[in-house]
Amino acid sequence: MSIRNFIPTVTIDQTGVEERVARLNSRSIKKESKVFALKMALNMIDLTTLEGKDTPGKVKQMCYKAMHPHDALPGIPTVAAVCVYPTFVALAKKELGNSGVKVASVATAFPAGQSSRDIKLRDTKIAVDAGADEIDMVISRGKFLAGEYAFVYDEIAAIKEACKSSRLKVILETGELSTLDNVRLASEIAMQAGADFIKTSTGKIQPAATAPVTLVMLEAIRDYYYETGRMVGMKPAGGISTAKAALQNLVMVKETLGAAWLSNQWFRFGASSLANDVLMQLAKEAESRYQSGDYFSKD
Amino acid sequence: MSKRINKSKVTELDFSSVWSYAASPESTDHIKIAPRYEHFINGEFVKPTSGKYFKTINPTSEAVLSELAQGNEKDVDKAVKAARKAYTEVWSKMSGAERGKYLYRIARMIQERSREFAVIESMDGGKPIRESRDIDIPLVAAHFFYYAGWADKLEFAFPGKSVAPIGVCGQIIPWNFPLLMAAWKLAPALACGNTVVLKPAETTSLTAMKLAEVIRDCGLPPGVVNIVTGDGVAGAAIVNHPDVDKIAFTGSTDVGKIIQRATAGTDKKLTLELGGKAAHIIFDDAPLDQAVEGIINGIFFNQGHVCCAGSRLFIQESVHDKVIRKLKDRMNTLVVGDPLDKNTDVGAINSAEQLGKINHYLKLGVKEGAEIWQSSCAIPRKGYFCKPTLFLKASQSHRIVQEEIFGPVLAVQSFRTIEEVIEKANNTPFGLSAGVWTDKGSRIFNLTTKLRAGVVWANTYNKFDPTSPFGGYKESGFGREGGLHGLSAYLKI
Repeated sequence: MSIRNFIPTVTIDQTGVEERVARLNSRSIKKESKVFALKMALNMIDLTTLEGKDTPGKVKQMCYKAMHPHDALPGIPTVAAVCVYPTFVALAKKELGNSGVKVASVATAFPAGQSSRDIKLRDTKIAVDAGADEIDMVISRGKFLAGEYAFVYDEIAAIKEACKSSRLKVILETGELSTLDNVRLASEIAMQAGADFIKTSTGKIQPAATAPVTLVMLEAIRDYYYETGRMVGMKPAGGISTAKAALQNLVMVKETLGAAWLSNQWFRFGASSLANDVLMQLAKEAESRYQSGDYFSKD
Repeated sequence: MSKRINKSKVTELDFSSVWSYAASPESTDHIKIAPRYEHFINGEFVKPTSGKYFKTINPTSEAVLSELAQGNEKDVDKAVKAARKAYTEVWSKMSGAERGKYLYRIARMIQERSREFAVIESMDGGKPIRESRDIDIPLVAAHFFYYAGWADKLEFAFPGKSVAPIGVCGQIIPWNFPLLMAAWKLAPALACGNTVVLKPAETTSLTAMKLAEVIRDCGLPPGVVNIVTGDGVAGAAIVNHPDVDKIAFTGSTDVGKIIQRATAGTDKKLTLELGGKAAHIIFDDAPLDQAVEGIINGIFFNQGHVCCAGSRLFIQESVHDKVIRKLKDRMNTLVVGDPLDKNTDVGAINSAEQLGKINHYLKLGVKEGAEIWQSSCAIPRKGYFCKPTLFLKASQSHRIVQEEIFGPVLAVQSFRTIEEVIEKANNTPFGLSAGVWTDKGSRIFNLTTKLRAGVVWANTYNKFDPTSPFGGYKESGFGREGGLHGLSAYLKI
């Protein structure tokens, strides 16, 4: 029996959300404003590899890229973090040293989350003990859709405890939640259960981080902040591969949550191919011409 | 269950620091504005009989853009004679299909020159390029396309009834949507086989003169559309001309009343689209974030220079504070300034006169005891600008609640029950539009039948489409524009 009756605090009108997104997307970002935002976007990326074929070699290469995205151009920041499976956390930690780039690890039977509470807690503990700065967990979407909100809440709260001082990102996998009302409710449950970040997707399910979903989650974060005084971060992940889409996301953050969220402390992009498009745009702004993709490392 | 609540830590969100948008002005290099524009009568540009001209200025820079012919009775008489001749000899005899071809041609030429029209509209009238480019001009083309389609189908429009054009139509349009109002008037009139004498508003005649170029270039027979510029003198001359068969007016209720008196006892048909003071109602089950966006679109669209603006906000008391907090946050993100900047949300007030009127109401609201709150946005020093403004704790007996301000000023009231809000919403001399936000479908139908307003938007606001009729109750006027209903205003049925 659930001790807590989770009901959404506000309804969501999908058409209205889409119109708001369209209006935000029409912001024109030019010149110095664009360069500033591109660097900010690069610095917010969680460079990610989450594949069955990942090897230490692959992770090492990605870690170097994370610290040195494009040395040919001066003034380029590092990315925010690398995101790997728990087995690669120790290696990534060693490779990144004191560069400031964080190590994030997925846990809790990523990506489906179809496992027991014990396994999920063990999974989390392994990653935390290996030195993960951040844990990206998945919620139990099946339980959520079955209306067992208290189960979802309790699970997040338990994982949060297992995270100790590591920051917890809670993946809602919005592509499986079907409606924006569900996205809103799942966001609220995750935040109330202690999430430090809420995150759209695993990247394994389509659609992933669509702009309407991200906007609804940002609005949930804003309302939660006003309610409790606690800032929660946001991480859209999957499907954001162009600099233009990244800038549109930053516009959404700026106009929904404001300046306080415009740093990698509170906003992240989960992406692998985004970094190079951002770099390409930065090089274009610096040199006034586009280079081919072969001028940017593909790690 | 422990919740970390520390309300003292909650500070207002900061929407201005860290990252701001660089200026992104729309180019004006391709725009050609002549130093002087003449009347457009009988297919030609002709000098005013008075020899006098008046200046039109850019409300952003207060710089003179051009000068326009000052119309009087003689100019209007010439225009009416040209329209009568074109009506009798050419236009009323032409098949609907042929008339439709001209309208399609006008629509396409407007689309081809859409960027030019949008930029001039923003320069002359002060509206943000985002709106003139994405809303005004596309709707102008859409209206011509829509009514072009009706031109050869009029006999099927009103089953069992025969239809005929009315004759010469005098059309007087306002300054808030200069080209769009011209399209709303011209497209159905021409599709139905009427000829027209159009008078644009004094402060915003430039796009009408550019439209005259399109009309000439598309080969429309001379005299079918005549455009006379000028002030109230020219307008009165059109209204009082004995050979005008129909007057269509969009503008203030005061002028509308004068026109109705002037046409009383004559054979002139009349449609009026006048002022408004729309109720915008937010129920506690509404999608609040989207409703806030609706409120923004409702009152700050076109600087609030919209007759159907949602200028009276009613919020159910249980969500009042939450909605106001969201609304204030959203208003703090509005970009007010150069209308030609692509990021501008709220442009310039159309004229010094209108800005004076708005400022008068700002003072009045404070005096009446409503609580004023303005967006933290910066506004330019030069030009006519007004900060987006809320009047909180307004009451039904405040004049800022009763009278049309026609600016970016929103009066906010709270309500408790459905009966109360319906009564308050209808308790106004106007009745042009209203908006309702609720998640409950049955409540929407309940309200749409009880609100005495020509247009009721549900879970959206300020949506326009050529297929949809638009018009008012009570002091908001009579007659409908747009859709099938819009045809009946230009036909003898």
